[in-house]
Amino acid sequence: MNLFVAKNISKRFANHTALDNVSIEVPENHIFGLLGPNGAGKTTLIRIINQITGPDEGELFLNGELLNPSHTSIIGYLPEERGLYKKMKVGEQSLYLAQLKGISKTDALKKLRYWFEKFELESWWNKKVEELSKGMQQKIQFIVTILHEPKLLIFDEPFSGFDPINANLLRDEILNLKKNGATIIFSTHNMSSVEELCDDIALINKSKKILEGNVNEIRREYKSNTFEIEFANTNCDLKSQLNGKFNVIDQVVVNDYTLAKIKIDKSASSNDLIQAVLPYGNIHSFKEIIPSMNDVFISKVGLDELNQKS
Amino acid sequence: MKKILLILKREYLTRVKKKSFIIMTIIGPLLMAAVMIIPLYIAQKSDECKEIAVIDETYQFVNSLPNTESVHFTYLNEDLTSAKTNLPKTKYYAILHIPGISFYSPSAMRIYSVHQPSLSVKLYIDGAIKKIIEEKKLENSGIDKVLLASTKANIDITTIKLNDNGEEKESSTSVATGLGMFSGILIYFFIFLFGSQVMRGVIEEKTSRIVEVIISSVKPFQLMMGKIIGVALVGLTQFLLWIVLTFFIFTIAKSSFPDKFTQKQTTQSFDNKRISSITELQVQEKTNNQEESEMDQMVKSIKSINFGVMIGAFLFFFLFGYLLYAALFAAVGSAVDSEADTQQFMLPITIPLIFAIVMSQFIINNPDGPVAFWLSIIPLTSPVIMMIRIPFGVPWQEIILSFGLLILGFWGATWLASKIYRTGILMYGKKISYKELWKWLTYKS
Repeated sequence: MNLFVAKNISKRFANHTALDNVSIEVPENHIFGLLGPNGAGKTTLIRIINQITGPDEGELFLNGELLNPSHTSIIGYLPEERGLYKKMKVGEQSLYLAQLKGISKTDALKKLRYWFEKFELESWWNKKVEELSKGMQQKIQFIVTILHEPKLLIFDEPFSGFDPINANLLRDEILNLKKNGATIIFSTHNMSSVEELCDDIALINKSKKILEGNVNEIRREYKSNTFEIEFANTNCDLKSQLNGKFNVIDQVVVNDYTLAKIKIDKSASSNDLIQAVLPYGNIHSFKEIIPSMNDVFISKVGLDELNQKS
Repeated sequence: MKKILLILKREYLTRVKKKSFIIMTIIGPLLMAAVMIIPLYIAQKSDECKEIAVIDETYQFVNSLPNTESVHFTYLNEDLTSAKTNLPKTKYYAILHIPGISFYSPSAMRIYSVHQPSLSVKLYIDGAIKKIIEEKKLENSGIDKVLLASTKANIDITTIKLNDNGEEKESSTSVATGLGMFSGILIYFFIFLFGSQVMRGVIEEKTSRIVEVIISSVKPFQLMMGKIIGVALVGLTQFLLWIVLTFFIFTIAKSSFPDKFTQKQTTQSFDNKRISSITELQVQEKTNNQEESEMDQMVKSIKSINFGVMIGAFLFFFLFGYLLYAALFAAVGSAVDSEADTQQFMLPITIPLIFAIVMSQFIINNPDGPVAFWLSIIPLTSPVIMMIRIPFGVPWQEIILSFGLLILGFWGATWLASKIYRTGILMYGKKISYKELWKWLTYKS
């Protein structure tokens, strides 16, 4: 079942179109990646989901209902441009932001105590935000975002500003949230985190959606039947031996190993390839090259630009 | 509604808890009290008696220049040259030299001193000598002093306002002027002081980027109104504390040195009497009566001002004038990235206010003229100008019209501001022009 659906969303500003007939479907309890180059319209879409701005055309549904102001209490939003009141005390501020989301004061205090303990922030409760390091401010912002246990979470570039240790901590928390039933929309440029976290993605370029679907399916769809074989010897010359169904793209010697990239014809299987190369060396490793999301992103966006030019 | 209250509470508490608020709250009344008390205190202190040596070659003035607590004359029989050379060594503050021909040519008189003599001393000596010469001249011409005094007329015509029912009320132009200007200027300062606080608050939220988090929970309009009303309450709190504290300090000061407050007055009236003591007792009584009736009239005319209307109107214009301008200040804050960029948008807001204050001088002179009428009707200037006009008496229809238009103006300004605000707070790093603002007004919500 889809927790969130956006149908045919369009949004125009005075001299440009930010979103052009974009639809997305976010299945419940999935992590949904919203990808796209800078200025593609991701932030506008996220702001529309948060009801910060409204669409010119199109409809949005959350939990089967038309999106309305009462939904703000079940949405949690971590914007890319983060910020807190610098002169306000950490505890006071967390409490204020939680109350704005509609949690009672006592409830908010109880939950804040749990999270502050978990992130080892208790001693900072009475400090002003400006006294905190950037990483700590990010943690507080994260806590405030998830405190009201929203059904739908929207993270815009959540890893920016975190060191690798804290980024790991954050990733674990995001996975935890998913385990506890939350649905997450996740916007990022960091493609490796998409592979790690996302179940589905939508790719937006120049205000149009150009790709969507399950991450693994997309990657499989974009694979080019290319395999990488590593031989434990250096004296094999595959290029001259293989032909027909097998096309050796590349062959290099690295540290006493021979590394070959071979593309095979659709009619052949990986077993055929193994049989074909067996006579020429000791196979050390064998794997299919599945394109990373990074490759998909670049090839898809690049293709899109080409299409638009022609 | 609950969310507006939360925002309002935060805006109010963070400001009231600030050190600067507490300091301003304490310093404000201290300054006000100081302005009232210090001059009295200094006047008291500097009342040390100044000895003036008089070398009178005419012998007409000997022992007839009246002494006061601050100026004391001593008549010397020395010649001028030695007195001048000795002056720095003596206790004398100055030497008054009256040469023989002075009676007919007073410009021949000189005051010699080491330091520049103070203006009050010089004026006092001038006045005393003038009086004596005038009297001598009258005497020489054979004019009776009493007769002359009785011909003097002291004119201060009582003004009486008639209302529609033909009731009469004594009024005073000076009281009305003072009251009108005071309340007009108070409103002006309040609008500027707290309007710009609203603007700074908006800029803070925008530059710290917290605004996006907040407006994912509440509507931009709620955030804006919460801030505007919160700051208004801060202003009212400060205002109220100032009144209470000023009253408190003044009461304490008054009870701890009661003499300083009363003594000064008695010495002054004592001086007056001394100077006029040359005239007959009869005349003096008359002037006393006149003084009394002046006081009486003052009280009457203060009573003649309708304080119900005055206070009601003041609160109304105070609040709605602020609300109108605060909405505009919020819009300006939302359109810029830093306080330094506010200049170009501040101009259209500050000009009507400053214009109102500049025009107030003319309004006082002609409080019922067409300029006064229009300025007190147009919402941008009406809070200041109408308050100046009210003590002079304004038909209730005009007040109602002004109220109505101000409410409309407030509504319009808020509508305009909220449109600019909701787009502006999400615009970063862009230099905004008026053309751009116009576009924002036409965006759909």
